[in-house]
Amino acid sequence: MNSLPIGYRFGLVLLALLAGSPWLPPWLLFMLTIAAANGLVVLGCMLFYRAGLVSFGQALYFCAGAYTTGLVTNLLGVIDVLLLLGLSGLAGGLLAYLVGFLLARYRGIFFGLLSMAFSMILYGVLTKSESLGSTDGFNVPAFTLLGFEPDQPQVRFTLLAVAVAVIWLVSLVTDRFLRSPYGPLLVAIHDNEIRTEYMGASAKNTVHLVYVAAGILAGMGGCIGATAVGHIDPTMAYWTTSGEFVFITIMAGVGSVVAPFLGALVFGIIYTIAFSESPNTWQMVLGASLIAVILLLPNGLWSLLAKRKGAQA
Amino acid sequence: MSQTVLHAKGLEKRFGAVVAATEINVEVPEGACLGLIGTNGAGKTTFVNMITGYLKPDEGRITFGSVDITGKAPREITRLGVCRSFQIPQLYNSMTALENLEAAFGIVLLNSASGGWFVSPRTPVPGYGAPIRELAEQALERFELTAYRDKVTRVLPGGVRKVLDIAMAMAVQPKILLLDEPTSGVSAEEKFGIMDMVMGVVREAGTTVLFVEHDMEVVARHADRVLAFYDGRIIADGKPDEALNHEQVLKHIVGHTQHATTGQ
Repeated sequence: MNSLPIGYRFGLVLLALLAGSPWLPPWLLFMLTIAAANGLVVLGCMLFYRAGLVSFGQALYFCAGAYTTGLVTNLLGVIDVLLLLGLSGLAGGLLAYLVGFLLARYRGIFFGLLSMAFSMILYGVLTKSESLGSTDGFNVPAFTLLGFEPDQPQVRFTLLAVAVAVIWLVSLVTDRFLRSPYGPLLVAIHDNEIRTEYMGASAKNTVHLVYVAAGILAGMGGCIGATAVGHIDPTMAYWTTSGEFVFITIMAGVGSVVAPFLGALVFGIIYTIAFSESPNTWQMVLGASLIAVILLLPNGLWSLLAKRKGAQA
Repeated sequence: MSQTVLHAKGLEKRFGAVVAATEINVEVPEGACLGLIGTNGAGKTTFVNMITGYLKPDEGRITFGSVDITGKAPREITRLGVCRSFQIPQLYNSMTALENLEAAFGIVLLNSASGGWFVSPRTPVPGYGAPIRELAEQALERFELTAYRDKVTRVLPGGVRKVLDIAMAMAVQPKILLLDEPTSGVSAEEKFGIMDMVMGVVREAGTTVLFVEHDMEVVARHADRVLAFYDGRIIADGKPDEALNHEQVLKHIVGHTQHATTGQ
C-alpha cells in the first residue's frame, strides 16, 4: 500500500466511503459534503501557507463561487452540477487572477489583511444589493448531473459522489504540482526571497500562480457548498468564514494534499457534535480543540497519519 | 586578448548626499578573475549590487555580452548568466544542505524549456542532462559539503554556509560569478583551504569571477587583476603586484605594514 502514490491511496479511501454511503444517515452525508467543500478551499490555503502566507479572505472566492452557482441557476437556468462547478471555479480563478496582481506583492500580515479587505468589500456589496436578496440571500434550485435528475432521497448521495470525484481529481493534480520543483519553490519563497530571486525565480509570479489555483479551488468549494445547502447568503464572504478556513488549515497541517480534507472532516465532526451538545458554547469547544492540536501536534492532524505510515506523503 | 563579457561604463550611485560610487568604468574580459579591494564603504559591494540588479545605478550603463542589463531585476540578470553570493549567506534555512541545492536546481529546471507546472523532479535538467537529485549530490561532493548533506542549514558553521551559498549560485551555470567577501567570518586557518577549493571548482567551470576580499594574501593568490576602490572611485586597476603596490592603494587600503606579505 505504501508504495502507492498518496493520490491513489486517498482514492481508495474515498471509494470505500462512497460504497458505504448509501447506508449513512442523510445528516452525515450532508456533513461529508460540506467537509469536501471546505476541504477544497483549505487545499488552496495550503498552497500559499507553504509559501508562508495566510489569507484571511479566502471566503471571497468561496462566496464568489457560490453566488456564481446561484446566479447561473436562477438567471440562465443552467443546473448541471458539473457545469456549475466549472463556472464557479472559473469565477473564483478569474477573480483571484485580478486581485492577485495586487496581493502577490505583499507578504505577512499585509497579505492576510488585504485579502480580508477584499472579501469584506464583496460582503458589503452583497448585503446592500436588494436584487440579490441582501442579507437574506436567495435559494439555489435542485441540480442535475449530466441529464440525470436525482429525486429527494438520492440528492445527497449524488452530490457527495460528485464532491468525492472532484476532491480526488484535484488532490491528484495538486499533488503532482507539489512534487514538481514548484513544491520546494514555495518553501524557498517562505525561507528566503532574496536567494530565490537570485536563483532566477519570481516569488511574485509563483505566489500569483498558487493564488489563482486557490481561487479556482475555493470557487468550486463554494459551488458544492451552495448546492448542498440549497441557499446562499452574504455571510459566505464574511471574515469569520475565512477564519474557519484558516482554522482548518492550521489544524490539518500542510504535510499532504489529503490533510485539508482530513482537517475539514474533523472540523465538521467537532462542529456538529459541539453544536448539538452545547449550542451556546460550541465556539469554546472548537477553540479548545485547536489549542489542543497546536500544543500536541504542532504539524497538525496530518502528522498523526504521516507518523504512523513512517513516511511523509 | 579575450572578449569583454561585462562592461560597466560611468556608473554612479548616490544615497542622498553620500556618493557611494562614481565614475566606475570596468571592462571584464571573459575568463578573468578580478579581485575587488577597498576599505568598508569604499563602494565594492555597491558595485556588485549594481551589476546584479540589487541597486539601480543613477548614472551609467552596464552591458553583459551585448545585452544592456542596467537596472534589470535580479532574476532577469541571473537568468542571463550573472550570479552572485552574499556577504551574509542567503540560504533556505529550514531546509537541509541537500534540499537547498535541490531547490536551486529545481528553479533551474523550471526556468528551462522543460519546466512546467507539473514537470517531474526526475526530468533531466537541460544544460546538465541529469535530474535534480543527482546534480545536488554532485554539487555537495564538488564543494566538499557531503558531510553536511542532511543537516539543516540554520545550524551549519559560517564557513560551510558561505560555500553552500556559492554552490547555489553555481547551480545556474553562470558566465560571471560575483563573490561578496567569500571568506569574511571564516577563520584564518580555514580561509585558504576554502578559497582554493571554491576557486578551483569555479575556475574549472570556466566562470569569470569578480570577488570582493579584504585579505590581500587571498587576493594576490587568486586574482589575475585587482580593482582597488576608495571613496566610491576606482583608484587602481591592474595586475595584482602593480595594483597592490600602487601608491594610493598602499596609503588607503593595504597599509604599509602589510606590504611585505603581498610581494610575490
